[in-house]
Amino acid sequence: MTYLLLFYEFFKIGLFAIGGGPATLPFLMDLTKHYDWYTMADLTNMMAVSESTPGPLGINMATYAGFHAGGVIGGVVATMGLVLPSIIVIILIAKFLTNFSENATVKAVFAGIRPAVTALIASAVFGLFQVALMTEDGIAIKPLILCVIFFALMHIKQLKKLHPAAWLLAAAVIGIIFQF
Amino acid sequence: MHWKELWQLFAVFFRIGGLTFGGGLTMLPLLKYELVQKNNWISEEDLIDCYAIGQCTPGIIAVNTATFVGYKRKGIPGGIMATLGMVSPSLIIVSIIASFFQALMDNIWFQHAVMGIKGVVCALMLNTVITLAKKSLVNFLCVAVCIIAFLLAQLTPVPTIAIVVAAGIFGVITEKVRARRA
Repeated sequence: MTYLLLFYEFFKIGLFAIGGGPATLPFLMDLTKHYDWYTMADLTNMMAVSESTPGPLGINMATYAGFHAGGVIGGVVATMGLVLPSIIVIILIAKFLTNFSENATVKAVFAGIRPAVTALIASAVFGLFQVALMTEDGIAIKPLILCVIFFALMHIKQLKKLHPAAWLLAAAVIGIIFQF
Repeated sequence: MHWKELWQLFAVFFRIGGLTFGGGLTMLPLLKYELVQKNNWISEEDLIDCYAIGQCTPGIIAVNTATFVGYKRKGIPGGIMATLGMVSPSLIIVSIIASFFQALMDNIWFQHAVMGIKGVVCALMLNTVITLAKKSLVNFLCVAVCIIAFLLAQLTPVPTIAIVVAAGIFGVITEKVRARRA
């Protein structure tokens, strides 16, 4: 039954998450309200793992979330649910619609959706911050400082092109050295 | 069925999925190398088109791209094989990490490393939001939609799907109004 529910929920996410991987985040948060598959704290761990492993972010998140809910098979089921709408929609577009992205109605729909998706992701990230940078004793001061410093560093011209994996590795080393 | 070519599609997208971090736009250079330069499967213009479609269709952009290229090469089986290739590295790697994660969390060094990574994940996510905002908030109306959607998401229990659908309908209505005025 869990597998069926997983497939159904991730199928819905695949159908409505517009804007790729990060756009799945608000939906994954919604799920914590309705199911006990994983908690908000688990979600921040999932983000950390998904960002530091190869593969599309959205797929990594779905696999991890599914794994939490139902082991290896759960991960596979969630991922298949997530990609099935893509396969159907893209094949239909490739088969029947030429110039799909030039269509006036399509453009109008996405002009409306884009700013809303930005808001939804911003809202989800805001929620994630509260979990990731808080412990039972209050604000986790060291990760917060690291976040601010790295954020500033990421905007230095020479460092902009640096691979995300390099930042993650550096953060892991700093975390160990300074006993986060 | 052309098993060999289907297998090739799977293998190429498996490599792309296994070698890129983040997905979406970070994959573009590798996609270009594998699909345009090395295998000559599609033209660079087609790849850019494919990205445009991938961004205005639901789902993971990397998966949309894989399905599109696979379908263009070998029809529906091609689309499915390319997508399976793209997601397989994630399934394998993430499942392995997930099975060890809980046990590793008992280790104090690992906990420190994860706390460090969390700090940077926050910085990376903040960057994503800023990049998105720069691209999507191009006029006053967009800013208004963004603020309303943010408040709805933060303060009310309105489901995410409802906000997405409402924003899409709003986009069509504003376009209609604009067309009538013009």
